[in-house]
Amino acid sequence: MGDRYIIMVCAVMAIVTLLLRAMPFILFDHGDRTPKWILYLGKVLPPAIMSMLVVFCLRNVDFLGGSHGIPELICVGVAMALHAWKRNTLLSIGISTVLYMIIVQNL
Amino acid sequence: MKHIIKQVFPKTVPVLAGYLSLGIAFGLLLQSIGYGPGWAFIMSLLVYAGSAQFLAVELLAAGSTLLQVALLTFLINFRHLFYGLSMIERYRGTGIRKAYLIFGLTDETYALLTGFKVPEGMRDRDFYFAITIMHHCYWICGSVIGAAAGSVIPFDTTGIDFVMTALFAILVVEQWKTNSKHLPAILGFAITIGALIIFGADNLLIPTLIVLSFALLCLRPVLDKSEETKEKPEKEGAHG
Repeated sequence: MGDRYIIMVCAVMAIVTLLLRAMPFILFDHGDRTPKWILYLGKVLPPAIMSMLVVFCLRNVDFLGGSHGIPELICVGVAMALHAWKRNTLLSIGISTVLYMIIVQNL
Repeated sequence: MKHIIKQVFPKTVPVLAGYLSLGIAFGLLLQSIGYGPGWAFIMSLLVYAGSAQFLAVELLAAGSTLLQVALLTFLINFRHLFYGLSMIERYRGTGIRKAYLIFGLTDETYALLTGFKVPEGMRDRDFYFAITIMHHCYWICGSVIGAAAGSVIPFDTTGIDFVMTALFAILVVEQWKTNSKHLPAILGFAITIGALIIFGADNLLIPTLIVLSFALLCLRPVLDKSEETKEKPEKEGAHG
């Protein structure tokens, strides 16, 4: 496989990704004429997508075998509880991630 | 310029850790099929999509056709189609930087820009631009380091990718505290878990996003009435 091939692959991926990211703006970003239901969806989607991304990150965890996803659930719980309590981003993420690394490296 | 970086940088530290480690993993993989740091740089600069780039390594190794590359990139990045919807209003008035902001709208950038308030005294567009370009730099650096020297990292980094999960998890909490209606967050969990069970780990995003959007549109009479914020967004300094 030569250089030409990887350049073509990069170009195709870059164009498809950019088109997906730009499509909402191409379709709906027309000043006052943006449909109200699109703006509504843009407002309510972030909290829903944040939940989606948490589940998405854990999609390959085996809840039926291995460690049954217990380290993941504990550490997500620690991150959220700490954040609900202190609301300090670096603290919540730092402690839960280090805890996770300690658990999985010693299992 | 300096005070912008000083205020924005602490918010990007979790992504710094995540992008560096994931970038290194990507660079290592790319290098293992015979493409060095230069290619890692070009791909991370121009494509800038984490999960798609990991897939690209497999596609390159298998010699897939460009049509397959296009189709799989579309499927794996389909979620980005929905991110822009939240940014139409935010990105108004960002001028010539807008094209770059749209190009750089990854999961993590979307999460930070919708999850955190713009610090007081900073222009919205400076905040958006600083976060976007910092994240992009982290990703490029990580992948180049990985391709050049990833195999000589002296400590065990197993589990460090959890930093991304933790980031999204704490942003769920941020959204929960900021919004008065919690139904979107609950639906997000319920529908994604349902899709994971029904469609499996590899195919859950597209059905999730379609069902989620449809459900939210059906609930518009309930949710659109008073989407005012419950409490004032926290002041600068509460993070980190």
